[in-house]
Amino acid sequence: MDVVWYLVLSALIFCIGATGVLVRRSPLVILICLELMLNAGNLALVAFSRMTGTADGQVFALIVMIVAAAEVVIGLGLIVAMYRRRLPMDVDQMSELKG
Amino acid sequence: MEAIVFWFAALAALVGALGVVFQRNPFYSVLFLVTHLVALAVLFLLLSAEFVAAAQVIVYAGAVMVLYVFVVAYVGGLEDPLTEPSPVVRVLAPLFAVGLFVELCVAIAGSSLKALDSHDAKLAPGFGSPEQIGELFLTRFLIAFEVVSLLLLVAAVGAVVLARREPGDATPPREWG
Repeated sequence: MDVVWYLVLSALIFCIGATGVLVRRSPLVILICLELMLNAGNLALVAFSRMTGTADGQVFALIVMIVAAAEVVIGLGLIVAMYRRRLPMDVDQMSELKG
Repeated sequence: MEAIVFWFAALAALVGALGVVFQRNPFYSVLFLVTHLVALAVLFLLLSAEFVAAAQVIVYAGAVMVLYVFVVAYVGGLEDPLTEPSPVVRVLAPLFAVGLFVELCVAIAGSSLKALDSHDAKLAPGFGSPEQIGELFLTRFLIAFEVVSLLLLVAAVGAVVLARREPGDATPPREWG
């Protein structure tokens, strides 16, 4: 397969993830959609790595995975904290920047 | 053969992504995300990135998804007010996504990369193997490697601090027993 198809697929997944971030309101689902966008970036990185024949892109992809894991941990910690404080699970209602 | 596997995996990845966005129940969203991640691992294998594919399945589909499932089960019942957002957002979000996709495609087509429509760069024998990745991590990308390990440590400590129960918190949401 040509690398172009991988890039187009990656762009498509990225756009689906962006739609999800815009449309959904639950912070949990927004985090999952962010994962989609990060994975689309990973796919493009690995495709470029295959295209150039060097493994640097794969190292980038692994680092993106680690950053995504850190982001998930912090995001889920925030969600659990919100749940503990009985805050509404709706990003539209969380518009005040205070505790 | 490769083309067939590619199209199947691409289809599965797209279905998984769409399922994540359009499922009401966040639990099913997480399950669709697992599908999506496994399909992406197949694509990584097609791109001869074996180590990244294995890490994808073990780290993402294994560890991170378990974390998601736990939190969904913990927060679970409150997920209902996922009604439609404001009509402006409902109309504009798909338009934005389509525009972004067109723009990205134009960028791909316009990026006069010569090798774009032939993916046969000559591969060294150990391409994508753990040896090669590990060697790159410990030589060329040593600083990134160390910074990322520090980031993981900070994230772990931060999660513990965030999820800790504080004296001023509301009563526990559920009675035990």
